[in-house]
Amino acid sequence: MPDFAKELDASGLNCPLPILRAKKTLNGMESGQILRIIATDPGSVKDFDAFANQTGNELLESTEEGGKYVFFIKRK
Amino acid sequence: MMSDEKKLAIIATKGSLDWGYPPFILASTAAALGYETQIFFTFYGLALLKKKLDLQVTSLGNPAMPMPMPVPVIMQTLPGMQAMMTSMMKKKMKSKGVASLEELRELSIEAEVKMVACQMTVDLFEFDTKEFIDGIEYGGAATFFEFAGESDICLYI
Repeated sequence: MPDFAKELDASGLNCPLPILRAKKTLNGMESGQILRIIATDPGSVKDFDAFANQTGNELLESTEEGGKYVFFIKRK
Repeated sequence: MMSDEKKLAIIATKGSLDWGYPPFILASTAAALGYETQIFFTFYGLALLKKKLDLQVTSLGNPAMPMPMPVPVIMQTLPGMQAMMTSMMKKKMKSKGVASLEELRELSIEAEVKMVACQMTVDLFEFDTKEFIDGIEYGGAATFFEFAGESDICLYI
C-alpha cells in the first residue's frame, strides 16, 4: 500500500460526488503527493480510472476491500 | 485559460427536478476533468438559476418513471400528487447519496462553470433577475454560439 499524504472518505456518496470531492482535495495538495480515496459507489471504479486518464493524475492502485473501493491517486 | 483546454457547451431547457440534474452533473464533472464549461439556460431551464430552487417531478407524461406501486394516470392528476412524488424522489435521492441540485450547482459555480441566462426568456416570462443567483450573465443566441462554436462537446438538454 503506497504512503499517502491525505485521505478522502467518499463512502455513501453517489456519482459524480466522489470525483468532485477528489478533484477538490487534489487541488489543495502538492504535485507528487498521494491521495487515498474510499468509496462505496460501484461506478467509481471505472470513473476514477477515467478521471486519471483525462486529468493526468496517476491512479496507482484500485482495490476492493469488503464492499469498499479504495483508490490511490498521485497528484500531477 | 490554457489554449489546449477542452470546452463543453450545454443548453439547459428543462426545469423539472429530474431534468435539472444532467446539466449540473455534466458541467461539474467536466470542470473537474479540466474542461472549460458554459451552460446556456433558456425557457424552463431558467428555473435552475433561481436562488431558491423549487423544482418538481411528476410521472404525468413520463410513463417510464419508476413508482413504488402502480398508480392509475387519473389518480396521478389529483391535487398534492406532484408534491408527494417530488418529496418521495428527494428522499430517495438522499438515501442513495445523490447530491442535491443545490449542491451540484454550487460545485459547478466553484469550478468556474460559466452560466448564461437567456435574456429573451427573462423578458418573455417577466422574470425578476433579483430572484436569480449572482454571477450569471445575460445574453442571447449569438452569445451562446461565441462559446459553442469553439466547443469540443455541445449538448442540448
